[in-house]
Amino acid sequence: MYGSTNLTEQDAKRMSDTSAEDPQKLAEFEDRIARGEKIEPDDWMPAEYRRQLIRMIEQHAHSEIVGALPEGTWITRAPNFRRKLALIAKVQDEIGHGQLLYSAAETLGKTREQMLDDLLNGRSKYSNIFNYPAKTWADIAVIGFLVDGAAIVNQVINSKGSYGPYCRALERICYEESFHLKQGHDNFVYLATGTKQQREMLQDAINRWYRPLLHFFGPPDHLSAHSEKLMKWKVKLASNDDMRNQFLDQYVPKILELGLTLPDPNLRKNADGRWEFSDPDWEEFKRVINGDGPCNKERLAVRRYAELAGRWVREALMKPNDTYKVPLA
Amino acid sequence: MQNALKELILQMADDALVLGHRNSEWTGIGPMLEEDLAFSSMAQDKIGHALALYTILHEHMGEPDPDKLGFMRKEEEYRCCQFVELPIGEYDFTLARHFLYDHAELIRYEMLVNCPFEPLAQMARKVRGELKYHVLHADTFLRELARGTEESKARMQAAIRYAWPYALGMFEITDADAQLAAAGAYAGEKERRSRWLSTVSSIINDAGLQVPEPDEAKAIYGGRKGYHSEYLKPLLDEMTEVVRLDPTAEW
Ligand SMILES: [Fe+2]
Ligand SMILES: [Fe+2]
Ligand SMILES: [Fe+2]
Repeated sequence: MYGSTNLTEQDAKRMSDTSAEDPQKLAEFEDRIARGEKIEPDDWMPAEYRRQLIRMIEQHAHSEIVGALPEGTWITRAPNFRRKLALIAKVQDEIGHGQLLYSAAETLGKTREQMLDDLLNGRSKYSNIFNYPAKTWADIAVIGFLVDGAAIVNQVINSKGSYGPYCRALERICYEESFHLKQGHDNFVYLATGTKQQREMLQDAINRWYRPLLHFFGPPDHLSAHSEKLMKWKVKLASNDDMRNQFLDQYVPKILELGLTLPDPNLRKNADGRWEFSDPDWEEFKRVINGDGPCNKERLAVRRYAELAGRWVREALMKPNDTYKVPLA
Repeated sequence: MQNALKELILQMADDALVLGHRNSEWTGIGPMLEEDLAFSSMAQDKIGHALALYTILHEHMGEPDPDKLGFMRKEEEYRCCQFVELPIGEYDFTLARHFLYDHAELIRYEMLVNCPFEPLAQMARKVRGELKYHVLHADTFLRELARGTEESKARMQAAIRYAWPYALGMFEITDADAQLAAAGAYAGEKERRSRWLSTVSSIINDAGLQVPEPDEAKAIYGGRKGYHSEYLKPLLDEMTEVVRLDPTAEW
Protein backbone atom coordinates (compact mmCIF):
# COMPACT_ATOMS: atom_id res chain seq x y z
CA MET A 1 0.00 0.00 0.00
CA TYR A 2 1.06 3.55 -0.53
CA GLY A 3 1.19 4.81 3.00
CA SER A 4 1.26 1.62 4.98
CA THR A 5 -0.46 1.48 8.32
CA ASN A 6 0.86 -1.97 9.03
CA LEU A 7 2.29 -2.13 12.51
CA THR A 8 5.01 -4.25 14.01
CA GLU A 9 4.09 -5.94 17.30
CA GLN A 10 6.28 -3.40 19.04
CA ASP A 11 4.47 -0.51 17.37
CA ALA A 12 1.12 -1.93 18.30
CA LYS A 13 2.21 -2.09 21.94
CA ARG A 14 3.44 1.51 21.90
CA MET A 15 0.20 2.61 20.31
CA SER A 16 -1.96 1.07 23.00
CA ASP A 17 0.01 2.76 25.75
CA THR A 18 -1.03 6.40 25.92
CA SER A 19 -0.40 6.71 29.66
CA ALA A 20 2.19 9.45 29.06
CA GLU A 21 -0.42 11.71 27.48
CA ASP A 22 -2.50 14.28 29.34
CA PRO A 23 -5.82 12.40 29.75
CA GLN A 24 -7.97 15.49 29.35
CA LYS A 25 -6.24 16.65 26.18
CA LEU A 26 -6.37 13.14 24.83
CA ALA A 27 -10.10 12.93 25.47
CA GLU A 28 -10.70 16.27 23.74
CA PHE A 29 -8.58 15.17 20.81
CA GLU A 30 -10.50 11.93 20.43
CA ASP A 31 -13.82 13.75 20.72
CA ARG A 32 -12.84 16.10 17.91
CA ILE A 33 -11.98 13.19 15.67
CA ALA A 34 -15.19 11.40 16.56
CA ARG A 35 -17.10 14.53 15.55
CA GLY A 36 -15.36 14.43 12.18
CA GLU A 37 -13.15 17.47 12.75
CA LYS A 38 -9.75 17.66 11.10
CA ILE A 39 -6.57 17.95 13.15
CA GLU A 40 -4.30 20.78 11.99
CA PRO A 41 -0.51 21.12 12.41
CA ASP A 42 -0.65 23.47 15.40
CA ASP A 43 -3.28 21.49 17.27
CA TRP A 44 -2.43 19.29 20.21
CA MET A 45 -1.94 15.65 19.24
CA PRO A 46 -0.64 12.53 20.98
CA ALA A 47 3.01 11.72 20.24
CA GLU A 48 2.06 8.36 18.74
CA TYR A 49 -0.46 9.97 16.40
CA ARG A 50 2.26 12.26 15.11
CA ARG A 51 4.74 9.42 14.79
CA GLN A 52 2.40 7.11 12.90
CA LEU A 53 1.25 9.86 10.57
CA ILE A 54 4.79 10.88 9.72
CA ARG A 55 5.58 7.27 9.00
CA MET A 56 2.56 6.79 6.80
CA ILE A 57 2.74 10.05 4.83
CA GLU A 58 6.47 9.72 4.37
CA GLN A 59 6.07 6.20 2.99
CA HIS A 60 3.38 7.43 0.68
CA ALA A 61 5.67 10.22 -0.57
CA HIS A 62 8.53 7.77 -1.15
CA SER A 63 6.14 5.50 -3.05
CA GLU A 64 5.32 8.34 -5.43
CA ILE A 65 8.91 9.20 -6.30
CA VAL A 66 10.19 5.62 -6.40
CA GLY A 67 7.06 4.65 -8.33
CA ALA A 68 8.05 7.18 -10.98
CA LEU A 69 11.17 5.14 -11.78
CA PRO A 70 9.80 1.98 -13.44
CA GLU A 71 7.40 4.03 -15.57
CA GLY A 72 9.93 6.79 -16.18
CA THR A 73 12.20 4.48 -18.15
CA TRP A 74 9.41 3.94 -20.70
CA ILE A 75 8.85 7.60 -21.53
CA THR A 76 11.63 7.54 -24.12
CA ARG A 77 10.22 4.32 -25.61
CA ALA A 78 6.52 5.14 -25.77
CA PRO A 79 5.27 4.11 -29.22
CA ASN A 80 3.73 7.39 -30.43
CA PHE A 81 3.25 11.03 -29.56
CA ARG A 82 -0.04 10.58 -27.79
CA ARG A 83 1.26 7.89 -25.42
CA LYS A 84 4.54 9.67 -24.91
CA LEU A 85 2.97 12.97 -23.90
CA ALA A 86 0.46 11.23 -21.65
CA LEU A 87 3.17 9.20 -19.92
CA ILE A 88 5.48 12.16 -19.23
CA ALA A 89 2.58 14.12 -17.81
CA LYS A 90 1.56 11.16 -15.68
CA VAL A 91 4.99 10.47 -14.27
CA GLN A 92 5.41 14.18 -13.65
CA ASP A 93 2.19 14.15 -11.66
CA GLU A 94 3.56 11.32 -9.51
CA ILE A 95 6.68 13.34 -8.69
CA GLY A 96 4.36 16.26 -7.91
CA HIS A 97 2.42 14.00 -5.55
CA GLY A 98 5.68 13.16 -3.81
CA GLN A 99 6.43 16.84 -3.39
CA LEU A 100 2.96 17.54 -2.03
CA LEU A 101 3.16 14.66 0.43
CA TYR A 102 6.63 15.56 1.69
CA SER A 103 5.21 19.00 2.46
CA ALA A 104 2.28 17.45 4.30
CA ALA A 105 4.65 15.29 6.37
CA GLU A 106 6.90 18.29 7.04
CA THR A 107 4.01 19.99 8.86
CA LEU A 108 4.49 17.30 11.50
CA GLY A 109 8.12 18.26 12.07
CA LYS A 110 10.30 16.04 9.89
CA THR A 111 12.17 17.70 7.02
CA ARG A 112 12.19 16.44 3.45
CA GLU A 113 15.97 16.00 3.72
CA GLN A 114 15.56 13.72 6.73
CA MET A 115 12.89 11.74 4.97
CA LEU A 116 15.02 11.28 1.87
CA ASP A 117 17.95 10.24 4.05
CA ASP A 118 15.76 7.64 5.73
CA LEU A 119 14.64 6.34 2.35
CA LEU A 120 18.26 5.76 1.36
CA ASN A 121 19.40 4.27 4.64
CA GLY A 122 16.44 1.90 4.63
CA ARG A 123 14.81 3.23 7.79
CA SER A 124 11.67 4.09 5.90
CA LYS A 125 9.94 2.06 3.24
CA TYR A 126 7.95 2.61 0.08
CA SER A 127 5.28 0.56 -1.60
CA ASN A 128 6.45 -2.95 -2.22
CA ILE A 129 4.99 -3.05 -5.69
CA PHE A 130 7.68 -0.78 -7.09
CA ASN A 131 10.30 -3.41 -6.38
CA TYR A 132 9.08 -5.33 -9.42
CA PRO A 133 10.37 -4.56 -12.90
CA ALA A 134 8.44 -2.98 -15.77
CA LYS A 135 9.65 -5.36 -18.46
CA THR A 136 7.59 -4.45 -21.50
CA TRP A 137 5.33 -1.69 -22.75
CA ALA A 138 2.36 -3.76 -21.60
CA ASP A 139 3.60 -3.33 -18.04
CA ILE A 140 2.96 0.38 -18.48
CA ALA A 141 -0.65 -0.39 -19.30
CA VAL A 142 -0.96 -2.67 -16.28
CA ILE A 143 0.67 -0.14 -13.99
CA GLY A 144 -1.40 2.75 -15.32
CA PHE A 145 -4.66 0.88 -15.06
CA LEU A 146 -4.29 -1.57 -12.18
CA VAL A 147 -1.53 -0.22 -9.94
CA ASP A 148 -2.97 3.27 -10.16
CA GLY A 149 -6.40 1.74 -9.69
CA ALA A 150 -5.25 0.02 -6.50
CA ALA A 151 -3.59 3.21 -5.32
CA ILE A 152 -6.81 5.13 -5.85
CA VAL A 153 -8.76 2.69 -3.69
CA ASN A 154 -6.23 3.28 -0.93
CA GLN A 155 -6.00 7.04 -1.40
CA VAL A 156 -9.71 7.74 -1.61
CA ILE A 157 -10.19 5.91 1.67
CA ASN A 158 -7.28 7.70 3.33
CA SER A 159 -8.56 11.09 2.21
CA LYS A 160 -11.35 10.69 4.78
CA GLY A 161 -8.79 10.56 7.58
CA SER A 162 -8.34 12.95 10.47
CA TYR A 163 -5.18 14.88 9.60
CA GLY A 164 -6.08 18.02 7.62
CA PRO A 165 -2.93 18.53 5.50
CA TYR A 166 -2.81 14.87 4.46
CA CYS A 167 -6.50 14.85 3.51
CA ARG A 168 -6.14 17.98 1.42
CA ALA A 169 -3.08 16.60 -0.36
CA LEU A 170 -4.98 13.38 -1.07
CA GLU A 171 -7.98 15.17 -2.49
CA ARG A 172 -5.80 16.87 -5.06
CA ILE A 173 -3.92 13.67 -5.75
CA CYS A 174 -7.12 11.69 -6.29
CA TYR A 175 -8.32 14.28 -8.77
CA GLU A 176 -5.16 13.81 -10.85
CA GLU A 177 -5.22 10.05 -10.40
CA SER A 178 -8.55 9.87 -12.16
CA PHE A 179 -6.77 11.01 -15.34
CA HIS A 180 -4.04 8.40 -14.87
CA LEU A 181 -6.68 5.75 -14.62
CA LYS A 182 -8.35 6.96 -17.81
CA GLN A 183 -5.07 6.91 -19.72
CA GLY A 184 -4.06 3.59 -18.21
CA HIS A 185 -7.39 2.06 -19.15
CA ASP A 186 -7.14 3.39 -22.69
CA ASN A 187 -3.68 1.90 -23.12
CA PHE A 188 -4.87 -1.38 -21.57
CA VAL A 189 -7.86 -1.62 -23.91
CA TYR A 190 -5.74 -0.87 -26.99
CA LEU A 191 -3.44 -3.77 -26.19
CA ALA A 192 -6.30 -6.07 -25.15
CA THR A 193 -8.12 -5.49 -28.43
CA GLY A 194 -5.02 -5.24 -30.60
CA THR A 195 -2.91 -7.78 -32.46
CA LYS A 196 -2.12 -11.25 -31.16
CA GLN A 197 1.31 -10.06 -30.09
CA GLN A 198 -0.16 -7.12 -28.18
CA ARG A 199 -2.68 -9.31 -26.38
CA GLU A 200 0.03 -11.77 -25.43
CA MET A 201 2.23 -9.02 -24.08
CA LEU A 202 -0.63 -7.75 -21.98
CA GLN A 203 -1.59 -11.18 -20.67
CA ASP A 204 2.01 -11.85 -19.72
CA ALA A 205 2.19 -8.55 -17.86
CA ILE A 206 -1.06 -9.29 -16.01
CA ASN A 207 0.27 -12.68 -14.99
CA ARG A 208 3.39 -11.12 -13.54
CA TRP A 209 1.60 -8.27 -11.71
CA TYR A 210 -1.23 -10.33 -10.23
CA ARG A 211 0.57 -11.30 -7.01
CA PRO A 212 2.22 -7.94 -6.37
CA LEU A 213 -1.24 -6.41 -6.77
CA LEU A 214 -2.68 -8.72 -4.12
CA HIS A 215 0.27 -7.83 -1.90
CA PHE A 216 -0.32 -4.13 -2.49
CA PHE A 217 -2.87 -3.76 0.31
CA GLY A 218 -0.68 -5.44 2.90
CA PRO A 219 -0.91 -8.77 4.75
CA PRO A 220 -4.33 -10.29 5.51
CA ASP A 221 -6.04 -9.00 8.61
CA HIS A 222 -5.56 -12.21 10.56
CA LEU A 223 -1.80 -11.94 10.07
CA SER A 224 -1.34 -8.25 10.84
CA ALA A 225 -0.88 -6.52 14.15
CA HIS A 226 -3.97 -4.53 15.02
CA SER A 227 -4.43 -1.25 16.61
CA GLU A 228 -7.87 -0.09 17.57
CA LYS A 229 -6.28 3.28 18.23
CA LEU A 230 -5.28 3.82 14.62
CA MET A 231 -8.87 3.23 13.58
CA LYS A 232 -10.24 5.40 16.36
CA TRP A 233 -7.83 8.20 15.45
CA LYS A 234 -8.80 7.82 11.78
CA VAL A 235 -5.26 7.18 10.67
CA LYS A 236 -6.31 3.82 9.31
CA LEU A 237 -9.79 3.79 7.84
CA ALA A 238 -10.28 0.37 6.33
CA SER A 239 -8.74 -3.02 6.90
CA ASN A 240 -6.28 -4.46 4.40
CA ASP A 241 -8.70 -7.22 3.47
CA ASP A 242 -11.55 -4.79 2.91
CA MET A 243 -9.47 -2.60 0.62
CA ARG A 244 -8.21 -5.61 -1.32
CA ASN A 245 -11.74 -6.87 -1.69
CA GLN A 246 -12.94 -3.52 -2.97
CA PHE A 247 -10.13 -3.48 -5.53
CA LEU A 248 -10.89 -6.98 -6.80
CA ASP A 249 -14.56 -6.15 -6.96
CA GLN A 250 -13.92 -3.11 -9.13
CA TYR A 251 -11.21 -4.44 -11.41
CA VAL A 252 -11.48 -8.20 -11.89
CA PRO A 253 -14.68 -7.92 -13.99
CA LYS A 254 -13.04 -5.24 -16.16
CA ILE A 255 -10.10 -7.52 -16.88
CA LEU A 256 -12.23 -10.57 -17.61
CA GLU A 257 -14.66 -8.74 -19.87
CA LEU A 258 -11.77 -7.99 -22.23
CA GLY A 259 -11.22 -11.73 -22.63
CA LEU A 260 -8.10 -11.73 -20.49
CA THR A 261 -7.46 -14.12 -17.62
CA LEU A 262 -5.99 -13.98 -14.14
CA PRO A 263 -3.39 -16.59 -13.18
CA ASP A 264 -5.30 -18.02 -10.24
CA PRO A 265 -7.77 -20.94 -10.59
CA ASN A 266 -9.11 -20.19 -7.12
CA LEU A 267 -10.03 -16.59 -7.74
CA ARG A 268 -13.78 -16.19 -7.35
CA LYS A 269 -16.46 -14.30 -5.53
CA ASN A 270 -18.08 -16.37 -2.80
CA ALA A 271 -21.71 -16.42 -1.69
CA ASP A 272 -21.06 -13.58 0.78
CA GLY A 273 -19.78 -11.38 -2.00
CA ARG A 274 -16.17 -11.63 -0.80
CA TRP A 275 -13.36 -12.46 -3.19
CA GLU A 276 -11.38 -15.62 -2.54
CA PHE A 277 -7.98 -16.33 -4.03
CA SER A 278 -5.00 -18.63 -3.61
CA ASP A 279 -2.41 -17.73 -1.02
CA PRO A 280 -0.30 -15.14 -2.82
CA ASP A 281 2.80 -16.17 -0.87
CA TRP A 282 3.05 -13.76 2.02
CA GLU A 283 6.58 -14.99 2.64
CA GLU A 284 7.60 -13.47 -0.65
CA PHE A 285 5.90 -10.23 0.38
CA LYS A 286 8.01 -10.18 3.54
CA ARG A 287 11.19 -10.97 1.67
CA VAL A 288 10.61 -8.17 -0.82
CA ILE A 289 9.68 -5.62 1.83
CA ASN A 290 12.83 -6.46 3.71
CA GLY A 291 14.97 -5.63 0.73
CA ASP A 292 15.21 -8.83 -1.24
CA GLY A 293 12.91 -8.15 -4.19
CA PRO A 294 13.90 -8.13 -7.84
CA CYS A 295 14.46 -4.35 -7.99
CA ASN A 296 15.00 -3.05 -4.45
CA LYS A 297 18.71 -2.49 -4.99
CA GLU A 298 18.26 -0.88 -8.37
CA ARG A 299 15.56 1.53 -7.15
CA LEU A 300 17.60 2.70 -4.20
CA ALA A 301 20.74 2.93 -6.31
CA VAL A 302 18.98 5.30 -8.69
CA ARG A 303 17.71 7.45 -5.82
CA ARG A 304 21.18 7.43 -4.28
CA TYR A 305 22.70 8.51 -7.57
CA ALA A 306 20.18 11.38 -7.79
CA GLU A 307 21.00 12.46 -4.24
CA LEU A 308 24.76 12.34 -4.72
CA ALA A 309 24.90 13.76 -8.24
CA GLY A 310 22.58 16.59 -7.26
CA ARG A 311 24.26 17.55 -4.02
CA TRP A 312 26.42 20.30 -5.50
CA VAL A 313 23.32 21.90 -6.98
CA ARG A 314 21.44 21.90 -3.70
CA GLU A 315 24.46 23.22 -1.83
CA ALA A 316 24.91 26.03 -4.32
CA LEU A 317 21.27 27.06 -4.07
CA MET A 318 21.19 27.02 -0.30
CA LYS A 319 21.68 30.50 1.09
CA PRO A 320 23.96 30.52 4.15
CA ASN A 321 21.24 32.19 6.25
CA ASP A 322 18.45 29.88 5.20
CA THR A 323 16.60 28.44 8.13
CA TYR A 324 14.12 25.62 7.95
CA LYS A 325 10.51 26.75 7.79
CA VAL A 326 7.55 24.49 8.33
CA PRO A 327 5.51 24.78 5.16
CA LEU A 328 1.86 25.68 5.19
CA ALA A 329 -0.05 22.78 3.76
CA MET B 1 10.65 27.74 -51.51
CA GLN B 2 8.25 24.98 -50.41
CA ASN B 3 11.21 22.65 -49.99
CA ALA B 4 13.29 25.23 -48.16
CA LEU B 5 10.43 25.79 -45.77
CA LYS B 6 10.03 22.06 -45.22
CA GLU B 7 13.71 21.85 -44.46
CA LEU B 8 13.47 24.59 -41.83
CA ILE B 9 10.42 23.08 -40.17
CA LEU B 10 12.06 19.69 -40.08
CA GLN B 11 15.15 21.16 -38.42
CA MET B 12 12.97 22.80 -35.80
CA ALA B 13 10.84 19.73 -35.19
CA ASP B 14 13.77 17.33 -34.95
CA ASP B 15 15.63 19.64 -32.56
CA ALA B 16 12.58 19.81 -30.32
CA LEU B 17 11.87 16.08 -30.44
CA VAL B 18 15.42 15.01 -29.65
CA LEU B 19 16.01 17.56 -26.90
CA GLY B 20 12.59 16.77 -25.46
CA HIS B 21 13.64 13.12 -25.40
CA ARG B 22 16.82 14.04 -23.55
CA ASN B 23 15.07 16.32 -21.06
CA SER B 24 12.55 13.61 -20.29
CA GLU B 25 15.42 11.40 -19.12
CA TRP B 26 15.64 13.57 -16.00
CA THR B 27 12.31 12.26 -14.74
CA GLY B 28 12.92 10.84 -11.30
CA ILE B 29 16.62 11.67 -11.02
CA GLY B 30 16.85 15.46 -10.85
CA PRO B 31 18.93 17.21 -8.17
CA MET B 32 15.67 18.06 -6.43
CA LEU B 33 12.03 17.28 -7.06
CA GLU B 34 11.38 20.81 -8.29
CA GLU B 35 13.91 20.31 -11.10
CA ASP B 36 12.45 16.92 -12.02
CA LEU B 37 9.17 18.69 -12.46
CA ALA B 38 10.70 21.57 -14.41
CA PHE B 39 12.56 19.35 -16.89
CA SER B 40 9.57 17.13 -17.22
CA SER B 41 7.33 20.03 -18.17
CA MET B 42 9.88 21.46 -20.56
CA ALA B 43 10.18 18.03 -22.16
CA GLN B 44 6.41 17.94 -22.60
CA ASP B 45 6.48 21.36 -24.20
CA LYS B 46 9.28 20.43 -26.58
CA ILE B 47 7.74 17.16 -27.63
CA GLY B 48 4.45 19.01 -28.03
CA HIS B 49 6.17 21.56 -30.29
CA ALA B 50 7.71 18.78 -32.36
CA LEU B 51 4.27 17.25 -32.76
CA ALA B 52 2.78 20.60 -33.84
CA LEU B 53 5.54 21.11 -36.41
CA TYR B 54 5.23 17.59 -37.85
CA THR B 55 1.49 18.21 -38.01
CA ILE B 56 2.11 21.32 -40.12
CA LEU B 57 4.32 19.25 -42.44
CA HIS B 58 1.63 16.62 -42.68
CA GLU B 59 -1.39 18.86 -43.12
CA HIS B 60 0.07 21.54 -45.35
CA MET B 61 3.05 20.04 -47.09
CA GLY B 62 2.13 16.51 -47.99
CA GLU B 63 4.42 14.71 -45.56
CA PRO B 64 3.45 11.50 -43.70
CA ASP B 65 1.59 11.71 -40.40
CA PRO B 66 3.39 12.98 -37.29
CA ASP B 67 3.98 9.56 -35.73
CA LYS B 68 5.64 8.35 -38.92
CA LEU B 69 7.70 11.51 -39.28
CA GLY B 70 8.77 11.55 -35.68
CA PHE B 71 9.46 7.86 -35.21
CA MET B 72 9.98 6.10 -38.51
CA ARG B 73 12.68 7.92 -40.47
CA LYS B 74 16.23 6.74 -40.98
CA GLU B 75 18.93 8.37 -38.94
CA GLU B 76 20.32 10.34 -41.88
CA GLU B 77 16.89 11.78 -42.58
CA TYR B 78 16.83 13.64 -39.27
CA ARG B 79 17.81 17.30 -39.40
CA CYS B 80 18.54 18.08 -35.76
CA CYS B 81 21.83 19.65 -34.76
CA GLN B 82 24.32 17.45 -32.93
CA PHE B 83 24.03 19.61 -29.80
CA VAL B 84 20.61 18.19 -28.88
CA GLU B 85 21.79 14.62 -29.41
CA LEU B 86 24.41 14.61 -26.66
CA PRO B 87 23.56 12.56 -23.56
CA ILE B 88 22.22 14.47 -20.55
CA GLY B 89 25.47 14.06 -18.63
CA GLU B 90 25.29 15.73 -15.27
CA TYR B 91 23.05 18.60 -14.33
CA ASP B 92 25.72 21.19 -15.21
CA PHE B 93 25.83 20.17 -18.86
CA THR B 94 22.07 19.78 -19.05
CA LEU B 95 21.58 23.26 -17.67
CA ALA B 96 24.21 24.81 -19.95
CA ARG B 97 22.55 23.18 -22.96
CA HIS B 98 19.11 24.22 -21.78
CA PHE B 99 20.34 27.82 -21.47
CA LEU B 100 22.23 27.97 -24.78
CA TYR B 101 19.64 26.04 -26.78
CA ASP B 102 16.45 27.62 -25.47
CA HIS B 103 17.64 31.15 -26.14
CA ALA B 104 18.43 30.16 -29.71
CA GLU B 105 15.06 28.47 -30.06
CA LEU B 106 13.16 31.46 -28.70
CA ILE B 107 14.96 33.73 -31.16
CA ARG B 108 14.07 31.41 -34.03
CA TYR B 109 10.38 31.59 -33.16
CA GLU B 110 10.60 35.35 -32.73
CA MET B 111 12.09 35.59 -36.22
CA LEU B 112 9.10 33.63 -37.54
CA VAL B 113 6.15 35.53 -36.07
CA ASN B 114 5.67 37.41 -39.34
CA CYS B 115 6.53 34.53 -41.64
CA PRO B 116 4.27 34.61 -44.73
CA PHE B 117 3.57 30.90 -44.26
CA GLU B 118 0.70 31.47 -41.84
CA PRO B 119 0.60 28.08 -40.02
CA LEU B 120 4.20 28.54 -38.96
CA ALA B 121 3.74 32.20 -38.03
CA GLN B 122 0.72 31.27 -35.97
CA MET B 123 2.59 28.59 -34.13
CA ALA B 124 5.54 30.92 -33.52
CA ARG B 125 3.27 33.48 -31.92
CA LYS B 126 1.83 30.86 -29.62
CA VAL B 127 5.04 29.09 -28.66
CA ARG B 128 6.96 32.28 -27.99
CA GLY B 129 5.13 32.83 -24.71
CA GLU B 130 5.86 29.31 -23.47
CA LEU B 131 9.52 29.54 -24.29
CA LYS B 132 9.88 32.71 -22.27
CA TYR B 133 9.35 30.58 -19.17
CA HIS B 134 11.96 28.12 -20.32
CA VAL B 135 14.63 30.79 -20.76
CA LEU B 136 13.62 32.43 -17.49
CA HIS B 137 14.19 29.10 -15.77
CA ALA B 138 17.56 28.67 -17.49
CA ASP B 139 18.73 32.21 -16.77
CA THR B 140 17.75 32.00 -13.11
CA PHE B 141 19.53 28.72 -12.52
CA LEU B 142 22.61 29.76 -14.44
CA ARG B 143 22.88 32.92 -12.37
CA GLU B 144 22.26 31.16 -9.06
CA LEU B 145 24.74 28.40 -9.74
CA ALA B 146 27.37 30.80 -11.07
CA ARG B 147 27.07 32.72 -7.82
CA GLY B 148 26.67 29.67 -5.57
CA THR B 149 29.73 27.79 -4.39
CA GLU B 150 33.24 27.56 -5.85
CA GLU B 151 32.30 24.15 -7.19
CA SER B 152 29.08 25.22 -8.84
CA LYS B 153 30.74 28.22 -10.47
CA ALA B 154 33.60 26.10 -11.82
CA ARG B 155 31.18 23.46 -13.06
CA MET B 156 29.02 25.95 -14.92
CA GLN B 157 32.01 27.62 -16.52
CA ALA B 158 33.35 24.25 -17.67
CA ALA B 159 29.95 23.16 -18.92
CA ILE B 160 29.49 26.29 -21.00
CA ARG B 161 32.94 25.90 -22.45
CA TYR B 162 32.29 22.25 -23.32
CA ALA B 163 28.87 22.98 -24.82
CA TRP B 164 30.00 25.99 -26.83
CA PRO B 165 31.24 24.43 -30.10
CA TYR B 166 28.12 22.27 -30.22
CA ALA B 167 25.97 25.32 -29.53
CA LEU B 168 27.60 27.12 -32.46
CA GLY B 169 26.64 24.09 -34.54
CA MET B 170 22.95 24.99 -34.08
CA PHE B 171 23.44 27.72 -36.68
CA GLU B 172 24.71 25.52 -39.50
CA ILE B 173 23.71 26.98 -42.84
CA THR B 174 22.01 24.85 -45.48
CA ASP B 175 20.83 25.61 -49.03
CA ALA B 176 17.43 26.47 -47.61
CA ASP B 177 18.84 29.43 -45.76
CA ALA B 178 19.36 31.86 -48.67
CA GLN B 179 16.08 30.89 -50.33
CA LEU B 180 14.08 31.57 -47.19
CA ALA B 181 15.83 34.89 -46.67
CA ALA B 182 15.19 35.92 -50.28
CA ALA B 183 11.51 35.05 -49.92
CA GLY B 184 11.26 37.03 -46.69
CA ALA B 185 10.21 33.90 -44.80
CA TYR B 186 13.07 33.61 -42.36
CA ALA B 187 16.06 35.91 -41.95
CA GLY B 188 18.50 33.05 -41.65
CA GLU B 189 20.98 31.39 -39.34
CA LYS B 190 23.61 34.11 -39.47
CA GLU B 191 21.15 36.65 -38.20
CA ARG B 192 19.91 34.22 -35.54
CA ARG B 193 23.44 33.52 -34.41
CA SER B 194 24.31 37.15 -33.97
CA ARG B 195 21.17 37.86 -31.96
CA TRP B 196 21.80 34.80 -29.85
CA LEU B 197 25.42 35.70 -29.24
CA SER B 198 24.58 39.11 -27.88
CA THR B 199 21.79 37.76 -25.64
CA VAL B 200 23.66 34.87 -24.10
CA SER B 201 26.92 36.81 -23.81
CA SER B 202 25.40 39.48 -21.66
CA ILE B 203 23.70 36.93 -19.39
CA ILE B 204 26.88 34.88 -19.04
CA ASN B 205 28.87 38.03 -18.24
CA ASP B 206 26.30 39.21 -15.72
CA ALA B 207 26.50 35.86 -13.99
CA GLY B 208 30.24 36.43 -13.57
CA LEU B 209 31.31 33.75 -16.04
CA GLN B 210 33.40 34.05 -19.18
CA VAL B 211 31.99 33.88 -22.68
CA PRO B 212 34.01 31.50 -24.86
CA GLU B 213 35.34 32.81 -28.19
CA PRO B 214 32.65 32.62 -30.86
CA ASP B 215 35.17 30.94 -33.15
CA GLU B 216 33.36 29.74 -36.24
CA ALA B 217 36.13 27.26 -37.02
CA LYS B 218 35.29 25.30 -33.89
CA ALA B 219 31.57 24.94 -34.58
CA ILE B 220 30.40 21.33 -34.76
CA TYR B 221 28.30 21.09 -37.89
CA GLY B 222 26.74 18.19 -39.76
CA GLY B 223 23.37 17.57 -38.16
CA ARG B 224 21.41 19.83 -40.51
CA LYS B 225 22.71 17.80 -43.44
CA GLY B 226 22.08 14.41 -41.87
CA TYR B 227 25.54 13.77 -40.41
CA HIS B 228 24.96 13.00 -36.78
CA SER B 229 26.91 12.26 -33.65
CA GLU B 230 27.34 8.69 -32.45
CA TYR B 231 24.49 9.33 -29.98
CA LEU B 232 21.57 9.78 -32.35
CA LYS B 233 21.29 6.21 -33.62
CA PRO B 234 20.99 4.62 -30.16
CA LEU B 235 18.53 7.34 -29.17
CA LEU B 236 16.32 6.55 -32.16
CA ASP B 237 16.60 2.82 -31.52
CA GLU B 238 15.39 3.38 -28.00
CA MET B 239 12.62 5.73 -29.10
CA THR B 240 11.24 3.18 -31.55
CA GLU B 241 11.80 0.05 -29.49
CA VAL B 242 8.09 -0.49 -28.87
CA VAL B 243 6.60 0.71 -32.14
CA ARG B 244 9.05 -1.42 -34.14
CA LEU B 245 7.56 -4.55 -32.54
CA ASP B 246 4.77 -3.99 -35.02
CA PRO B 247 4.68 -0.69 -36.91
CA THR B 248 1.31 -1.57 -38.42
CA ALA B 249 -0.40 -2.16 -35.07
CA GLU B 250 -2.31 0.53 -33.26
CA TRP B 251 -0.63 1.52 -30.04
FE1 LIG C 1 1.48 17.22 -15.02
FE1 LIG D 1 0.31 9.40 -7.44
FE1 LIG E 1 -0.99 7.89 -10.52
